[in-house]
Amino acid sequence: MFQLEKRPQPSRFWIGVTPILAVIATMIAGGALFWALGKDPLASIRMIFYDPIFGEFAFYYRSQILTKAGPLILIAIGLSVGFRAGIWNIGAEGQYIMGAIFGAAVGLAAFPVEGWYIFPAMVVAGALGGWVWAMIPAILKNRFGTNEILVSLMLVYVAQHVLSSASLGLLKNPEGYGFPGSRNLQQYESAANLELFAGTGIHWGVMAALMAVIAAYVFMTRHILGFQVKLTGQSPRAAMFGGVIPARIVVFCLGLSGALAGLAGLFEVSGPAGQITIDFASGYGFTAIIVAFLGRLHPIGILLAGLLMALTYIGGNVAEQQAGLPSAAIQAFQGMLLFFLLALDVLSNFRLRRTKRERA
Amino acid sequence: MKFLKTLAAGVALAAGLATTAFAADPLKVGFIYVGPVGDLGWSYEHDQGRLAVEEALGDKVETSYVESVPEGADAERVITQMALSGHKLIFTTSFGYMDPTLNVAAKFPDVKFEHATGYKRSDNVSTYSGRFYEGRTVLGHLAGHMTETNTIGYIASFPIPEVVRGINSAYLAAKAVNPDVKFKIIWVFTWFDPGKEADAANALIEQGADVIMQHTDSPAAMTIAEEKGIFAFGQASDMKQFGPNARLSSIIDNWGPYYVARAKAVLDGTWTSQDTWDGIAPGMTKIGEFSDKIPAEVRASAQKIADDIAAGNMHSFTGPINKQDGSAWLAAGETADDGTLLGMNFYVEGIEGDLPQ
Amino acid sequence: MDFSAINPVSLIATLIIASTPILLAAIGELVVEKSGVLNLGVEGMMIVGAITGFAISVETGSPWLGLVAAAAGGAGMALIFGILTQYFLSNQVATGLALTLFGLGLSALIGQSYTGIKPPAFPKLDIPELTAIPYVGKILLNHDFLVYLSIALVLGVWWFLNYSRRGLTLRAVGENHEAAHALGYHVTRIRLGAILFGGACGGLGGAYLSLVRVPQWTEGMTAGAGWIALALVVFASWKPWRLILGAYLFGGVSILQLNLQAVGVNIPVAYLSMAPYIVTILVLVIMSGDRTNAPASLGRIFHASH
Repeated sequence: MFQLEKRPQPSRFWIGVTPILAVIATMIAGGALFWALGKDPLASIRMIFYDPIFGEFAFYYRSQILTKAGPLILIAIGLSVGFRAGIWNIGAEGQYIMGAIFGAAVGLAAFPVEGWYIFPAMVVAGALGGWVWAMIPAILKNRFGTNEILVSLMLVYVAQHVLSSASLGLLKNPEGYGFPGSRNLQQYESAANLELFAGTGIHWGVMAALMAVIAAYVFMTRHILGFQVKLTGQSPRAAMFGGVIPARIVVFCLGLSGALAGLAGLFEVSGPAGQITIDFASGYGFTAIIVAFLGRLHPIGILLAGLLMALTYIGGNVAEQQAGLPSAAIQAFQGMLLFFLLALDVLSNFRLRRTKRERA
Repeated sequence: MKFLKTLAAGVALAAGLATTAFAADPLKVGFIYVGPVGDLGWSYEHDQGRLAVEEALGDKVETSYVESVPEGADAERVITQMALSGHKLIFTTSFGYMDPTLNVAAKFPDVKFEHATGYKRSDNVSTYSGRFYEGRTVLGHLAGHMTETNTIGYIASFPIPEVVRGINSAYLAAKAVNPDVKFKIIWVFTWFDPGKEADAANALIEQGADVIMQHTDSPAAMTIAEEKGIFAFGQASDMKQFGPNARLSSIIDNWGPYYVARAKAVLDGTWTSQDTWDGIAPGMTKIGEFSDKIPAEVRASAQKIADDIAAGNMHSFTGPINKQDGSAWLAAGETADDGTLLGMNFYVEGIEGDLPQ
Repeated sequence: MDFSAINPVSLIATLIIASTPILLAAIGELVVEKSGVLNLGVEGMMIVGAITGFAISVETGSPWLGLVAAAAGGAGMALIFGILTQYFLSNQVATGLALTLFGLGLSALIGQSYTGIKPPAFPKLDIPELTAIPYVGKILLNHDFLVYLSIALVLGVWWFLNYSRRGLTLRAVGENHEAAHALGYHVTRIRLGAILFGGACGGLGGAYLSLVRVPQWTEGMTAGAGWIALALVVFASWKPWRLILGAYLFGGVSILQLNLQAVGVNIPVAYLSMAPYIVTILVLVIMSGDRTNAPASLGRIFHASH
């Protein structure tokens, strides 16, 4: 019989190794899944993991990986701070949407005036939109003790309807023949979030993500508030004795993750997506949760995990087009990746020990 | 070593290009669908169009498709992938692909793009759509005759001009044969959600509707209609297998002839950017077979309407027609021009309820 | 605007139908949470149940076998969750989310070849004499099997939790797993059983969507029903009877919204569609004053260290 014995300290070796093992295990299991579906497993795995980086059109795919990873990393960094404190913001998708709406609204209101100040104003509005949306579960949690998981989640659906309503009414393009959707911000020079270096796919959102990674690293390791956040997560009682006010941590964590999610939404709507439409939201808020966990809630880990997830998305597109693999296959893939990581994670916190069964 | 490698690659590339110039490579035609081919509605019919191209042009073409592509940034990537992998004619079959198509078209000037139901064109982007409202006139005529409760239920997707045109033309035709007819309209804000469409159908039936019309993509409403023993119409495809008793007729999107013509144009080198808006006459909008449940004289009158529209003797929007608020729109004998129709955002007089804005 | 067009009897009958899938999923999740485990993967279990039920139903031609398969599919997904959280001691929130993601993807994969197919129909309880009873007849006695099963399950769970020995043990495990373990109860096994039950119920809820409501299979057809079920459990303060109330309230608001539109009410559609979710939040706020009912060990990882 095997028994799990808690390690006194999480094993650093296993923390580093488990993600790699998880990826390998996913490749094997994913390959088996594809084989069961009648697709060539090796070719499919190659299309998903190898082609986007080294394949024929990799010059295009590589830039797309960065573009796709930007919002994921940005949101995940914000979420990870909250998750470390045990504050589960599941509604990042809603905050992302609201950030996009607020930011786009500022941009559209300014149209057709050109000016250097318009884009920064949109950025502020985007962060504000996400922050406001996250404050709702924060206030409800502090004041009434309501579970932030469910409130933030319900607000996602509310946000989706607000988005619908905005695309059809408030933000609708007056020159759009009555079709839903706002003006295209990519074509409005002061508001557009275009590539900073041609062909690399790096836009302001990607830059913001990188800055967030560095800032989060410094914050969590050097700043007293970062320490308090970690302490709250490990032991709420010790934190209280240490002088941490739980309500402040809640407001801070939810506010930060909301603002970052809102920023990601703004960068996306003024960049790759281009306009406010009914189905603007593509699930980044939820995928970012996965990215946060894959990255072990550590900024550098999140950076790598974000790139990995983006790779699977892009690779999935490639496989979809070249092998007829359904787009849903990638979701199953990503779920499996997380499963394997969670399963293997036990090895970093616990040691496997063989015990003799006691005979009575 | 590196230099030699590059040189060798360059020679190979040149040789490859030279040989391809001589060989008659099949034209790669790509299709992007917004829903699954198995939706048996909108995307299914586009795929039928693709199959028609394959059948008509044989080994001169090689077709491929990607289904369920979300609109937005992802669409742009998929379209770019298609262009990168050698497709020279790409059909993007949903309104929401408009800006992505134009963006990619700007980067690949030698690839031709066909965008469905859009309004922006460029040198290598054409647009095309069907005059579905002409079909609605025929269906509205049938519905007006067949309803016994004088209540017709309409499941509408989004308040865009295309959908509003359909409601208006159906209503006008129904009212022409049945002055007491009432339309009850539910907006489900989705193109494809069988659960919601089924709920909407049930709500309409409960409020007395005995004929259901829809502008959404799934056969859910037809299935509910069959279950409850009332009538419905197939949308975009025939949907007969879902409602053997319920189905009165249908509007079938027949993209085949247009797709074959455009593919041929690319092969001949005669392709130019244009806007096509075809209805019953050129065969883009087909009316499905009339059910036996319809009395013979109604079938005849409906067929006459279809033939008249096809011959140009009748227009779905012929005055005198007022807008819903009572203001005059079309004078007696006047027909609506394409411009107004393209931007139609008002109900005609007689329809109750507000258009969501 | 003719409100008389809305028939209250039909409205109630329809809302019962609309509420059944979330009721089924929620009663399962209630048992799971009572045992101290938070399984956020309800959406994944529901949709896998939906496709499994649909596929088996179509392949074998029997909707009943489809139901069994749906329950098995949901339980299978729950088993993955159970093994990961109980034996591999993984974080419950993350595992539940991974389950949702995996379930959505897997179901879409399996379902690819089943789009557009019509499954064998479910017989409805259709005794004309009973249906003719005014009001009660149409509301209560003209439904299909799963509706009655959902009510029966709620009744069963209520009795189980309050009046049976095993139910008491389960609640004990949920309140204080250390103490229960010290008393000699096999915490992990009890929780695993609860998790499997929750999965089976979720699967049945999903099957209702794909086999009864439309019936059809579409990718992602649960459309958030699993998350609503989770909210319902909190809304009901983990009490079975309140669950029915909550489910019908939620289903009712969604159906009412459609009916109001058809009647011609002027409230913008977006607000009507948002209403169920906002109502849920309001109810959550009101209910969260009553935190005494949450199982004390909810969400905490149990590890027997001896």
